[in-house]
Amino acid sequence: MTSATTTTTATPGAVLTRVTGTLAEARPLRDAGLYELVRVGAHGLLGEIIRFTGDAAVLQIYEDTTGLALGAPVVATGAPLTVALGPGLLGAILDGVGRPLRELAAASGDFVAPGAAAPTLDPARRWRFEPRAAVGDQVAAGDLLGVVEEQPGFEHRVLVPPGAGGEVVELRGGDVTVDEPVGRLGDGTVVRLAQRWPLRQPRPVAERLPADRPLVTGQRVFDLLFPLAEGGTIAVPGGFGTGKTVIEHGLARHAAADVVVFVGCGERGNEMAEVVQEFPRLVDPRSGRPVMERTVLIVNTSNMPVVAREASVYLGVSIAEYYRDMGYRVAVMVDSLSRWAEALRDIAARLQEMPGEEGYPTHLASRLGQLYERAGRARVHGTPARTGAVSLVCAVSPPGGDFAEPVTQASLRVAGGLWALDPALAQKRQFPAVDWATSYSLYVDATASWLTERAGVPWAELRARVLGLLQRDAELREIAGLLGHEALQDRDRATIEVARMVREHLLGQSAFDPNDASSSVEKTGCMAQLAVATLDAAEAALDAGATIDELELVAVRRAFAALRTGPGDELPARAAAVEAAIAALHRRPAGGAP
Amino acid sequence: MIAVRHHRGARALAGALLFLDDARGAAMGEVVELTQPGQPARRGQVIDAGDGVTVIQILEDPQGLSPARVTITLTGAVAEAPVGRDLLGRTLTGVGAPLDGLPAPIGEALRPVWGAPMNPARRHPPGDVIETGVSAIDGLNTLVRGQKLPVFSGAGLPALELAAQIVEHARAGGGEPFAVVFAAIGITARETRLFVERFRDSPAMARSVLYLNETRDPTIEQLLTPRYALAQAEFLAFEAGMHVLVVMADVAHYCETLRQVAAARDEVPGRRGYPGYMYTDLATLFERAGVLQGRAGSLTQLPILTMPDDDITHPIPDLTGYITEGQVVLSRELHAQGVFPPIDVLPSLSRLMNAGIGAGKTAREHRRWADQLYASYARGREARMMATIVGEAGLSDPDRRALGFATRFERELVGQGATRRTIADTIAAGWRLLESLPRDDLERLDDDTWARRPGAAAGEGA
Repeated sequence: MTSATTTTTATPGAVLTRVTGTLAEARPLRDAGLYELVRVGAHGLLGEIIRFTGDAAVLQIYEDTTGLALGAPVVATGAPLTVALGPGLLGAILDGVGRPLRELAAASGDFVAPGAAAPTLDPARRWRFEPRAAVGDQVAAGDLLGVVEEQPGFEHRVLVPPGAGGEVVELRGGDVTVDEPVGRLGDGTVVRLAQRWPLRQPRPVAERLPADRPLVTGQRVFDLLFPLAEGGTIAVPGGFGTGKTVIEHGLARHAAADVVVFVGCGERGNEMAEVVQEFPRLVDPRSGRPVMERTVLIVNTSNMPVVAREASVYLGVSIAEYYRDMGYRVAVMVDSLSRWAEALRDIAARLQEMPGEEGYPTHLASRLGQLYERAGRARVHGTPARTGAVSLVCAVSPPGGDFAEPVTQASLRVAGGLWALDPALAQKRQFPAVDWATSYSLYVDATASWLTERAGVPWAELRARVLGLLQRDAELREIAGLLGHEALQDRDRATIEVARMVREHLLGQSAFDPNDASSSVEKTGCMAQLAVATLDAAEAALDAGATIDELELVAVRRAFAALRTGPGDELPARAAAVEAAIAALHRRPAGGAP
Repeated sequence: MIAVRHHRGARALAGALLFLDDARGAAMGEVVELTQPGQPARRGQVIDAGDGVTVIQILEDPQGLSPARVTITLTGAVAEAPVGRDLLGRTLTGVGAPLDGLPAPIGEALRPVWGAPMNPARRHPPGDVIETGVSAIDGLNTLVRGQKLPVFSGAGLPALELAAQIVEHARAGGGEPFAVVFAAIGITARETRLFVERFRDSPAMARSVLYLNETRDPTIEQLLTPRYALAQAEFLAFEAGMHVLVVMADVAHYCETLRQVAAARDEVPGRRGYPGYMYTDLATLFERAGVLQGRAGSLTQLPILTMPDDDITHPIPDLTGYITEGQVVLSRELHAQGVFPPIDVLPSLSRLMNAGIGAGKTAREHRRWADQLYASYARGREARMMATIVGEAGLSDPDRRALGFATRFERELVGQGATRRTIADTIAAGWRLLESLPRDDLERLDDDTWARRPGAAAGEGA
């Protein structure tokens, strides 16, 4: 964004009459529009009009206001906060208002200086545009006009922008920049590779469709127990240290999406540095290309201006919708939505709005609902007919880890699933620290048949067995905690032992082990089936008269752990080793034992 | 920025806030000087500039100020601190005035104390260890250059003693230049003495700068002290190429002051009266830690904060934990048993540990070693809790063994006393503990790692 070209309806003589933190006031400034972008002061700090009172406009400033003085000039730009959408977004690292951070560093050094500017899309870079429509064709919004290879093997589809259409009057291929015209439509629309879109406005679709297949996350606990659907939404609340960020990063790396938009909203700089360094090196196994090539990173760390945090989430969703309109499956990760909500609270407090719960503005829930609703699977406009999806996974940082707070609760009203993270599990180094008793997914039924077909195991049944085992285990451990281990029968002890294996190795997954960081659907299904088979074999042996001490559960667990950390191509061999250990579970088979 | 302007008299004065009419050209963050006959000179800062009313936050004790008689000088500058290598070895007030009888430091440069955010795309991911000499940190919650790792303490727990020990013993490794910047924020005279006297004769003093804001100093200065310290640390790290460890104590005092100022401004209070922007404000301190691409130094932070009522869900530790890369938690129970340092490793965490350890850095098997120690200790602690209900006899054999392990772990590995342990010593001590358990109890260790442990029997592996 930060268009350098649009300084049109300047109000002559508008100056700053107040500055306090992120909020400012300028007058006389009546003829600009609500949510219009302004440039403030000698450095041209970016701001937005959020209210008019008398002849004054109230501005929220997207940059650090230290040193901004009364009487500084304020210029309205005539346009709302928009983002340039076009080729070059994939692989980019943008700040909350869409400025490319690497280019900013080239201009202003290692620290971000207020007023620094750079266009979102490289204005000098040339792209090979290949027309897919012909002069004389009748086209409408969403129709394919041509393509650009944005990244190796990734087709960026140049579409008729929303609201435009008519006869193709001109269209030519060639090497062009994002701003050069490549054609013209009958309604006067000039076709370029890039278009501008106001961040806060959802991009239209033809028809919203229900979820029908999972977005495979590569995390067993999610794919098996609490699946995410393509176009689905999940809230991931958890206190600090419960691994929200590791989960979000894991999804960005491994989720089976065409495009990933990662919004680091008010979080840590070092974490983003890790992503920036790692993603260009990490290979997406499905495309064989670096994951950075399918990723857009939006980074507004916690010490960067708070108002830009508010914009960063809309920026991310707008980019996601743009790729959805091309027919792609896009996954958006927001880390963390609480920091976005805090930005709303900060702005509302400075406007002296009546606070709602915990100081958050009363419009928090509706704004949050509107944001979640921008996700979804849809038939998009245009021909050829296609569907696209925007999935949204939002980390939430509840104060004190208490879910009874406004951001978590407002999220749960609209999200299609909850991955609840539990500090007690994190403290036991059980990662992902997902509390299976409180987590849920509304996409279980919609995704079961696809998963069953893909993995070749009865997914819904295995899911029910594993959840049942975990529930029984929790009850038994409570009893053992009260009455001692001796109070348990052999059958119960077997349940506890198998459940331990399930918790540690089936649901536990190490983000740092290259073979374990992502689990294929086949591996997840295979492991779930073997875990259930272990329980069945142990119970059968006990029923046949064996005692718990005669069962070689440690051997099974070792083989199971080896399956978990083994390379993908050894999956059948390692699974066979587990099966062999299950078959040899009881050394001295009593009559009738398996 | 605009030139110096003088105003005679203010509209109102409320605590540390001065309200000024018609302060033309006032800038956000502008430094203000306040003079009044018969009164010491004071400084302030513009926190709300307006054509109608401008609000100035006074940085010193406002007692005796009169709105009718005060002269307000808007200096046209934002707060800047002298920074440089010549400040090493110095003891200064919380805002950089000399406390050691020497002349005021000149510095190599003047830097705005508020700093600017690092461009995230220019950061280099932290990946090199700082050896603190403390086993519970180096072994299990490794501190990495560029990290911010707070110590969560409780009233009466020896957090400052631990910090002092780390400051004395810490090394960047590889003989690289290392410096310490200490920011005392509202700590008592007794605590200051503990720190300063320990240093005065220590070789560590020559590589340190102390910024001391004591309880008796103006409260509001507490908002500036960590920023003076960080401006200096940034210079040493990113311009002088040193590895800088910033120790800030006590962040809880800083937060109290933030709340006090917010209340004076009639702001809408957030949780427990702390302002809603406390997260963002703390982030402007903590996020100044890091490493930059192509620059030799690093800035590491070890903030210390006292958890009110030992409550980790209190807004101060809670918001801190959301910003920092882990936490080191002190335990009252261990302290009562005479364990020093009383670090409870279970709720402690270093998020950047994995980047700093492993082959070529600490030890190849460090991760699995740490995982196994954690697992065995966690099991032991659970068993200890169970034993209080069902008695030790009610425990299963592995649980009973884990219980014994937990006790030895606390006494031998964590409770090292005042000695300095190298990382190699720490790892060796951990293996000795693990070897006291049967191999079958060590499920986090694969056979390969087990065979490669130092001192493994010949034939088991190298």
